[in-house]
Amino acid sequence: MTAALPTPGTTPEAAPGTTPATAPAPDPAPDRPTPLDTWVARVPALREFGYWMRRYRRIWRGSVVISVVNPLLFLAALGGGLGKLVDAHHSGHLAGTPYLDFLAPGLLAASAMQNAFVEGAFPVFQSARAQGNYPAAAATAMRPGDILAGHLLFVVFRILTSGALFLAVTVAFGVTGPGRALLTLGPVLLTGTAFAMPLVAWSITVERPSRINGVYRFVLMPLYMFSGTFFPASQLPGALRTVAACTPLYQGVELTRHTALGTAGTAASAVHTGYLLTLTLTGIVLARRGYTRRLHR
Amino acid sequence: MSDIEDTSADPTADTAADSSRAAAAGSDGAPEAGPRGRPRAADRDVLIEAAGLRKVHAARGAGAPTEAVAGIDFTVRRGEAFGFLGPNGAGKSTTMRMIGCVSPVSGGRLTVLGMDAAAQGPAIRARIGSVPQDDTLDTELTVRENLLVYGRYFGLTRAVIKERTERLLDFARLADKAGEQVEALSGGMRRRLTIARSLINQPEILLLDEPTTGLDPQARHLLWERLFRLKSQGVTLLLTTHYMDEAEQLCDRLVVMDHGLIVAEGTPQELIRRHCTREVLELRFAPPERPGEQAGERGDEKGADQHGDRRARGPAEPAPEPAVASAGPAARPTGSGRATDPDVTALADLGDRVEVLPDRVLLYADDGEAALAAVHRRGIQPLTALVRRAGLEDVFLTLTGRTLVD
Repeated sequence: MTAALPTPGTTPEAAPGTTPATAPAPDPAPDRPTPLDTWVARVPALREFGYWMRRYRRIWRGSVVISVVNPLLFLAALGGGLGKLVDAHHSGHLAGTPYLDFLAPGLLAASAMQNAFVEGAFPVFQSARAQGNYPAAAATAMRPGDILAGHLLFVVFRILTSGALFLAVTVAFGVTGPGRALLTLGPVLLTGTAFAMPLVAWSITVERPSRINGVYRFVLMPLYMFSGTFFPASQLPGALRTVAACTPLYQGVELTRHTALGTAGTAASAVHTGYLLTLTLTGIVLARRGYTRRLHR
Repeated sequence: MSDIEDTSADPTADTAADSSRAAAAGSDGAPEAGPRGRPRAADRDVLIEAAGLRKVHAARGAGAPTEAVAGIDFTVRRGEAFGFLGPNGAGKSTTMRMIGCVSPVSGGRLTVLGMDAAAQGPAIRARIGSVPQDDTLDTELTVRENLLVYGRYFGLTRAVIKERTERLLDFARLADKAGEQVEALSGGMRRRLTIARSLINQPEILLLDEPTTGLDPQARHLLWERLFRLKSQGVTLLLTTHYMDEAEQLCDRLVVMDHGLIVAEGTPQELIRRHCTREVLELRFAPPERPGEQAGERGDEKGADQHGDRRARGPAEPAPEPAVASAGPAARPTGSGRATDPDVTALADLGDRVEVLPDRVLLYADDGEAALAAVHRRGIQPLTALVRRAGLEDVFLTLTGRTLVD
């Protein structure tokens, strides 16, 4: 009968010198720890990352299709179709850049923002609820910071993989070469994290899901439309132009576009990078505080 | 099976715990260095020790901060099944969360497995198992995957998790469901899976917050049987419940909480003996003959000194207070002049205590049959009469009142 159940004893992480209630039955662990086992034991964040990857395994095919088909449709319709019209009128604002080349990096940056929202807002809210993953993980040897780090790792993974697929499409359309595309992955990641980290920090405090929808409609959509994604922000009237230039998506679009097209200036790139990095780090600091407050309250 | 430690049967258990607490306090949190030279073994058996434990939840919005746990002391020893009873909002779950190191202590001292809960949360959590009130299983993953993910949280290797999973699924009677998505499991199965999951790190203490709430009788009994098996294998069980039969079935010792305070402590039998008579006579009358009309309120409280004690210690409790005051006249004829009152007067001296409910009268007496005979001798004809043994539920209602809390 006792064989049916592990006897209470010490886990690998238990403090030394404590005696278990029953005689410790040495665990018949026939296999040596794999390298993955060792990493998981050493870096707790990998355990949470593993959880999200396990969930993702069920839907990865669909997500890959979406990540490829979406840019394909947008670039074909807007870049190809609408672009012909734009290019025929020789817009001075584009400075001779074909519309497709202008549009593709803008869309890429905007899709990084969207991925940040999709992975960083609702899943965090959902996980923090009473029946969610976070309370389960928080009851174990994990710290709130480990849970946060693991989930952020997964968000970064999603931003990077989606961005890479998008870039593959832009390479196929001849917008960029493969080398420059690889370089552009940096700005894409930075744009994504500049949105993801603050969104995660905010979502852990959210009590009602309707707020998340509100942010999508009233913050993300206007950004999407007016941050130089579809047309140069310089076309906006004076005051709006200044507002647009201050938004994180504008900064991300500019950095991504100039990197992809090879027109990046050092000073401007440094400003964009600094801006996005500040948002990312601020988000992480706030999220750490928010996770501890929420999961250990 | 040879390791059953029945500390509850040890009459010195309480005093030993008390003196170890005193020793701990005297030597600044080092129980093994007690000034009285108590053997180390005795102290090591104390797995959880709370002294003046408090929890204050910060104010939400414009509201005032709420004190969920208002200074409690208790000791749990190795191998015990220890219960927290109390109405909703009494502070049971909050106490459990503090023991589980997912809720910081606001005041007082809490030691779990010899470690300070405030400072060594992760190390403590690594050695306890937790079955929360809400199922936190991932319904999109399979049964086996849930165990794998959870085992990973403790840093276990895949091989160890795999081997334990087989045994735990057998234990939880879920072996044939291993590959199924949790979504497809019934409530009882999910509960058993949650318990199996909580055992993946081979915990020394298992925390169960309302483990059988919402389950059907079959599922509850199976769960009790499994929990009893765990206990007999030396796992220390801590559980909250508001099912009295559950507490009587599982707990060696329990505390009754109300308004963030412990209002009674002891074995189930002790509590019944201390706060109740041996038997209860339940009399049902035809509607017009029903004595008294204090709907839903408590009866007279003769001889319940613990109750007065609680009132003295407790914070302001607006709800139960008037209930006692207004229920008084129901058992004393001088309070009102209704036609039915002679009935109650006639009953009042037959038991230690009489409680008038909207649908029946409860007579607390050590000999229920004798009391019933006396009722008949006085010419009172109840519609139905039932003599039963007093249970924890009677104790619970005596101590925490019948007024709805939420």
